[in-house]
Parts: sequence; structure tokens; C-alpha cells
Amino acid sequence: MRQEEREVLIELDNVRVEFKGKGKKPFVAVKDVSFQIYKGETFGLVGETGSGKTTIGRAIVRINKTAAGDIFFRGKKINGVISKELDREVTRKIQMIFQDPMASLNERAKVDYIVSEGLYNIKGFKDEEDRKRKVEKALLDVGLLPEFASRFPHEFSGGQRQRIGIARALIMEPEFIIADEPISSLDVSIRAQILNLLSDLQKNKGLTYLFISHDLSVVRFIADRVAVIHKGQIVELAETEKLFSSPLHPYTRALLSAVPIPDPRIEKKKQILIYDPSCHDYSIDKPKWTEIDDGHFVLANNAEIEQYKMMLKNPVAMNNTYAML
Amino acid sequence: MDEPILSVRDLVVKFSLRGDILTAIRGASLDLYPGETLAIVGESGAGKSVLTKTWNGMLDANGWVDSGSIMFEGKDLAKFKTEQEWLTIRGSKIAMVFQDPMTALNPLKLVGKQIQETIELHQGLHGEQAKKKAIDIISQVGIPDAEMRYHQYPHEFSGGMRQRVVIAITVACNPKILICDEPTTALDVTIQAQILELIRNLQKELGTTLVYITHDLGVVANVADRVAVMYAGEIIEYGTVEEIFYDPRHPYTWALLSSLPQLGVKGEPLYSIKGTPPNLFVEIEGDAFAPRNPHALKIDFVKAPPFFQVSPTHYAKTWLLDPRAPKVEPPPIVKSMQSKYKEYAI
Repeated sequence: MRQEEREVLIELDNVRVEFKGKGKKPFVAVKDVSFQIYKGETFGLVGETGSGKTTIGRAIVRINKTAAGDIFFRGKKINGVISKELDREVTRKIQMIFQDPMASLNERAKVDYIVSEGLYNIKGFKDEEDRKRKVEKALLDVGLLPEFASRFPHEFSGGQRQRIGIARALIMEPEFIIADEPISSLDVSIRAQILNLLSDLQKNKGLTYLFISHDLSVVRFIADRVAVIHKGQIVELAETEKLFSSPLHPYTRALLSAVPIPDPRIEKKKQILIYDPSCHDYSIDKPKWTEIDDGHFVLANNAEIEQYKMMLKNPVAMNNTYAML
Repeated sequence: MDEPILSVRDLVVKFSLRGDILTAIRGASLDLYPGETLAIVGESGAGKSVLTKTWNGMLDANGWVDSGSIMFEGKDLAKFKTEQEWLTIRGSKIAMVFQDPMTALNPLKLVGKQIQETIELHQGLHGEQAKKKAIDIISQVGIPDAEMRYHQYPHEFSGGMRQRVVIAITVACNPKILICDEPTTALDVTIQAQILELIRNLQKELGTTLVYITHDLGVVANVADRVAVMYAGEIIEYGTVEEIFYDPRHPYTWALLSSLPQLGVKGEPLYSIKGTPPNLFVEIEGDAFAPRNPHALKIDFVKAPPFFQVSPTHYAKTWLLDPRAPKVEPPPIVKSMQSKYKEYAI
């Protein structure tokens, strides 16, 4: 589908997030981040520990304040000071799923309360009966039995608890879900179940996902487009297959080369690339966020853009392990 | 093949939990050969860590070896009782690297001192000599400015650097067997690749036998010579890394490989294993995987299968390999791995 025809659900425009220490210069966690998320797609955001990927998610749901830039939801600005009505709409329409289902559920509350907590906050139900019906439906949607509502979180396995976490988001009837490492702390066999559940829900409810992860292999499976973030800056963004078949930025290439592939023949032969930030000479020629190919963005200066364009013409030279899979 | 360096036979490990008895290892047998890298894979609770903890006396206080033997250098480790006995093995002969480098180090002690401690304890060096050796080892594990790093505290190190320090401490005693229990799970992929490389180089240099415990099959493909797959306290299949990835025979191994997103086809649902692992508090009848196994035969629910030989190095514990069993085709992902393997062979 051509991009112009697609409806933009979320837009970030030069967003900057800072954390202030004691009297020192503020720490810039996210700088000049711009991207759009289209309705109905899964947008992957990949980066290492401390790269700012979670902070971006938190800035969208208004937990972290932005220092500069704008965030739009359906064309309406949602960062900074906004009206109460819009705040309520954002709370309802944008939901989060967290990494560790062992830590993110209130141990002392029953599932019934945990799932309907969001509804209580926005008074999103007519009467007690309506609320119960909504909880039941949310639990069924994520493959749990309605009876589970009267139980406590400790009675569930990790995979079931993550389903509770998803039910809690679904009950708000969101349009946009930020899934922050939703399967990282789960066992291999459970991961597949949760990934399948997320894609079923997307199909049935037309949800849009921001999928935050450090695991490129999972992102490749689930995301339509992927952005790679390094030290608070997005260095490359492209459709998933394009990013994996022709990564341009040296950081993306290093990251891709480091991901272990479950195939001994490939894995034992592969070359790991190391990213050295000093390979960029940005002293005079400053880097810009550039669309180098249709929908393929990269952070580069003029010299690098020329070089990357050459690479796109000669894909052989890029020879990376993912092309072999 | 050489004589095994460590030989586990019919090991049964039990734990007492609030009056109930849990059987964590249900008769596992395993040989470890000198200089090789063995990966033990399986879900959490399969008994991977428990199995290796019996080799250096690190079982929790409520656990014990119920029966079976662990032969190492002519001694049966399963019969060890006192801490005194274990001190002759732990660290110096069989050492362990844990998952979380944040908690493995003493935050109040200089990093260098912590390495020096092990050297003094195990190698009989003292004072300046031990310090010099500690600095050597710090640079050996790839930490620059070893001299300066010796005088720093753990909080001044990043996660990857701390894991290097932990590895430095373990190799300081030059152990025969090094057990790495999820050594890179807490680290970023780029750091993970560096740590795996470091361990591989140290192994080449020192001739250590390596055991990796991991649930990441990508890491397994990278490091292992041989693989053992565990399920519910048993080893259910083992073979060379190529045999396990390209010609697996046990339905559980099929299921594990099929559920990997790396091998999945986009837009199609991933294979997922139905149900949950069995309750180890009760006696398991028949094959432990049978209730979750779409290919389970009637006999699976009655009698546990023995090991069937696939090749001289490859064994699997499933009735499907019995000559009387019906022929079952492996799932598509496993088949595509097989055909890919053939492509490379040409």
C-alpha cells in the first residue's frame, strides 16, 4: 500500500525527552525522534538497554514529559498541556502491556479488580453488571476462563499472567497498544502463544501496536516496519524485510550481525560486526534524518548518503546473515 | 570418542517443599567429554540448573541426590556429603558462571581483590604475585586498563564488563569443567556476542570443558558441539548440534524448534505447545510429554519409552522410534531445516 493512502494514527515530530539530575546538565534520553505509525500496523522499535525505547513509549502515554517536539494521536497534539477530555480519550485509546507479568500485576488484588481498574478510573461502565460482563469478555478474548476473575495473580503461570496483563489493556477498547517487551521474560514455548494471541487480537479488533523489544528475531516475525534506536536517536527505519535484507546504518548492521540464529551452520560461520560510533565524521557535515529509498529512512550526513546509495545498488556487498535465512 | 570426563548415571534428585516431595530430576544419564561444549536446553523447571548443581554441591538445602551416580576423576560426587569434600571440587575443578552478573559480585570489595582472593585460595600464590596474576587475568578477559580496573568497585563496571569479571574469577582457578548457567540472558545482544566469543577463546586457550545451560536455541547453535534436550527432569534427546537442529527425532524437540519466531513464517501463526509441563510432585506414568504431544501413541500413556539409537552419537527417548510405531512426519519447520541442511552439503 502506498504510504499517502494510509491513515496515520500516531505521529512523533522531533520529540525530545530529558531527565534532570541534581543541578547538572539534563540527561537527554530521547532526542529528535520522528516517526509515524499507521493504523492497523505493528511498528517495531528495537534497541539495547538504555537506548530510550521504553521512554518513547512512556512519552506517548504521557508518563514522561517531553522537553521538545510534538506527539499527535489522530492528528491531535497529546503531549504537554491538553484538555481533560483529550486526556481521558488518550487514557482510554492508548494502552500498555508490560514486560514482566510477575511484577506488573497487583499481588493483593483479584483478577476481577486488576482487569477492571482502568474502567474504574474513567468510569467506563454503566453498572456493576455491565462491568462484570466487560471483564468476562476481556478474559475470554485473551483465552482465559471467566471463572479466573475471582482468583489472585499468584495462582497463574507466567503465560497466563501475561494474558491477564493483555486483558487489562483490552477492556478499555483501545485503538493503540504499546507492548513493551511483552514476551522477553516468558519461556520459549509460551512466547509463541502470546505472539499468536497478539496477532489474532490485531486481526479481530483492528488494533495498532508499537512493539518495543531488544530481540530482533521476534520483531522480524511480528512487525510490519521497524525502527532501530541507538542512544536516544533513531538511526534507521524501514519495512521489516527491507531492514533485514539491506541494513544501511553501521549500528543496524552490527546489531543484526549479533543476533543468534538457531541454525548451527550459519551461526558458526558468521562474522560479528562491531559498531564504533567514531566511524562517523560529523564535525562539519552534520547528519540528517533522510529518506534514502521508498519508506527507508536513515540518519546520515551527505557523504554517507552517497555511500548508502551505492550500497543499495550493490546488495551483494552487504552480505549479512539474515539474507541467508 | 575419548573417555568421558564426567559421567552421570540414572540420577534422581528430590526436593522437600512444605512436606511434599518434588522429583526434579527423574533418572538422567549423561556423559561429558573433555574439551567439548555441551548445551543443555529446555523450559524453565525442566531441571537444567538442578542437574548441573549436583556436580559441585550447590543444591539448595532442601534438595538431595536420591539415587544414581556422578563419576568424576574416579570419585562418585553423588556420595559427597560434607562441605570439606565439595571444596576439593567446587571452583577448582568444576566452576560455575551465573546468569546475573549484578548479584554475583561483592559490591563492597575491589574487583581486583575478588579475583585475587580466588587465586590465593586455589593457586597458592600470595601478595604481589597474586595481584600480578589477577591483573593478567583481567586483561585476559578483554578488559582494557587492567591495572586501573583492579582498583575499582563492581558498580563502576557495566553489565557486560561485570560478566567478564565473573568469568575472570572462574577461570582464575583454571577449572576442568566450566558450567555457564544462562551467562548472557541478562545482557544485550551485541554484548552477548562478545561474551560468547570470550568464553570460546578461553576454552581454546585453557582446554576447558564447557556446559551451557540456556533456553536460547540461537546461542546453542553458536556455541555447542553437542546438545542435550531436557523435559520434566529427564534428558529426552541428545546428539551433535547438527543432529539436533537438522534431524531431531523427539516430538518435544520438534515442538521447541517449531515455536521459534526466527524460523516462523510471517503472517502465519507460530506453532505453540499446548498445555503446561507436568506436575513433578506426583509420580508420572508413561512418557511425561505424552499429554502435550500431538503424536502420542497409546503406549506413551502407559510406559515410559527407552532411549532409541539414531546414530552412534544421537539418541532419543520416544516410542516413535520403535520399529512397530507408525511413521510420523516431522513438522514443516523441521523439514525445511533438513532441506536447508542438504543445500549446504552440496
